[in-house]
Amino acid sequence: MDSLMVYVYQIAFSFSILILISLGLALIFGMMKVINLAQGEFLMLGAYFCVLGSNLGLPLWLAMFAAGLGVGLVGVIVERTVIRFLYGRVLDTLLATWGISLFLMGIVTTIAGPQSQSVPSNMGPVNFGGLNVPGYSLVMIVAALLMLAGTYAIWRFTNLGLLVRGTMQNPEMARALGTNTSMIYMFTFGFGSAITGLAGALLVPLFGASPTMGSFYISKAFITVISGGPWPLIGTVSASGLYGVIDGVVSYELSPVLAEICVLFVAVVMLRLLPQGITGRMRKGI
Amino acid sequence: MKLSRRQFTRLASGGLAFASLQGTLSTAGLAQEKPIKIANILDQTGGLNIYSLKQMKAVAMATDEINKAGGLLGRPLELIFYDAQSSNQLYSQYATQALLRDEVDVIHGGVTSSSREVIRPIVGRFKGLYVYNSLYEGGVCDRRHVSTGMVPGQQLDALCPYVVKELGGKKGYILAADYNYGHITSKWLQKYIRDLGGEDLAVEFIPLDVSNFSSVIARIQDAKPDVVWSALVGAAHMSFYRQFHATIGTDEMMLASTTYSIGREHVELAPEEGKGIILATSFYDGLDTPAANDFVRRFKEYTGENDYIGEYGEGGYRGMALWAEAVRRAGSAEPDAVMDALGGTSVEGAGGLYTIDGQTNHTVMNIHVAVQDDKQEFEAIRTFDQMPPIDTQLVCNLNENPNDTTQYEVQLD
Repeated sequence: MDSLMVYVYQIAFSFSILILISLGLALIFGMMKVINLAQGEFLMLGAYFCVLGSNLGLPLWLAMFAAGLGVGLVGVIVERTVIRFLYGRVLDTLLATWGISLFLMGIVTTIAGPQSQSVPSNMGPVNFGGLNVPGYSLVMIVAALLMLAGTYAIWRFTNLGLLVRGTMQNPEMARALGTNTSMIYMFTFGFGSAITGLAGALLVPLFGASPTMGSFYISKAFITVISGGPWPLIGTVSASGLYGVIDGVVSYELSPVLAEICVLFVAVVMLRLLPQGITGRMRKGI
Repeated sequence: MKLSRRQFTRLASGGLAFASLQGTLSTAGLAQEKPIKIANILDQTGGLNIYSLKQMKAVAMATDEINKAGGLLGRPLELIFYDAQSSNQLYSQYATQALLRDEVDVIHGGVTSSSREVIRPIVGRFKGLYVYNSLYEGGVCDRRHVSTGMVPGQQLDALCPYVVKELGGKKGYILAADYNYGHITSKWLQKYIRDLGGEDLAVEFIPLDVSNFSSVIARIQDAKPDVVWSALVGAAHMSFYRQFHATIGTDEMMLASTTYSIGREHVELAPEEGKGIILATSFYDGLDTPAANDFVRRFKEYTGENDYIGEYGEGGYRGMALWAEAVRRAGSAEPDAVMDALGGTSVEGAGGLYTIDGQTNHTVMNIHVAVQDDKQEFEAIRTFDQMPPIDTQLVCNLNENPNDTTQYEVQLD
């Protein structure tokens, strides 16, 4: 029983990290089809905004929230100044966002220095099936689920969500029906950035903030979203679930290295069998 | 004026070397004598600069102090700094440039083992002299190379008996970075723990980009060791200390490290996250001896900086002091003459007495075991006097094989 709880925890934690790092990308890459190579740096920026806010005396939770808003604002600026001129131009977007990624890394290193920084959560360990786990990691799991549910609810049940989905499916038609698609694109990019920033801030107490941290997560986020397939939300959840189980079980049973190998192996095999991703055969979804 | 490509590169890189010197070296040359030239190649910029910034300044400070005191053998010192930008390709380029174009008498610098292995063959080919001021995994056997930093044998010969015998850390769980340094250090850890009657429950190698330690920490709790040994390296691995603090904590389980504090890790963590971590180093700022206090005071005065200096910083000053003393003993700054005078060269430095061991060209030094308090500072526990580089001595004898240039990997069992 105890060991079952350990597995449940390891899987839930791996799952929540995958959700956190790939939810923003699911919107920006999955829905908008913008290959944003600066996604990892948005995550990093969120972490640094959180450290900054906390150094300025904000309570940790408020600092995280502010970090999300801050990165959302950065996302809107980036969309208005760069991305919006490049919709549909995949290679140019790739180059531009890579440049943004290097720029953000450089500027953060210049201002905050190359060393990592941390803000501890001051939550003690929690006993979970005979093992101590960080109390804060349970907060991360809950936060990941809430962010997922919140995004789903906005997309599925609000008027705005309907406009966003309509615009992504058929921008000409949406425009013909009087939607300001340019604003919708800006909003979606900003929203995806804000979620990414919040996720970066949530990582801080256990993972710290360092200028290169984006590179630890960016490839995993892309693998998750690509494996998910054409329906970004359902796809990201199911891919996170699949990889979360593999990562959680293998890294506990064997080692984190083998877990990473297994995840990549499964991703390759799966994309061979289901080239459209997990949700490729689904006719309806979100 | 027409510039050939070669002239242009020469001018441009000269400009770079000169520009990066501004502010770090304040004393002008000592009149008419031909200066002794010193190259210092380190990473002022790029991802690894955290290990270099203090050392650059410490080398400049040592140069300034020697010049103020009248130079070496009546000749002034001229320091040429090259910024290798954390790139091994530039280490190779600048080492060649320093020896061939700038005709330096000695090269100081290099941080990573890979940068050292780039510089060393170049120094060998052009018959120079190379002083490497960084701790590393040990085993380099080369007369043109002097190591002034710690090697695992020295460090663990102090740390292991203290942790295993005195603190009762019999059962150990080893975590090491998954590359050269971590693999060799973990073998030494296993050997020491077993020789002391302890038990190594597991060794785990962690790739440098892994930052989620939740499964590792779960396994540690399953294994129930008395002490976790960390030879972890780099920004991603810093998460281990955060996650260890949030789950087990140093009150419940000892945490001893061969790398902690050396890259100024304790400043990156929050005070409570690093509290209680045990380390062994040849120099730390809080080492409360007159020599250490004096060094810290002079360094802060010289640089105007007020933060932690640590082993990498002091290492630059140490390397300069040992090399300068060897020059005095040789009566010449010629690399070959200095090389012959290296063995037995001794200086009283900030961390205690440093003596170059002629058999290996490594340095005999004091190793200080310390523990972090709750204010991001270290409390002295004990100093182990004059530890020889025993691991490298096992495999290297430059007296018998003066032409050796191998880096040996120490084979245990």
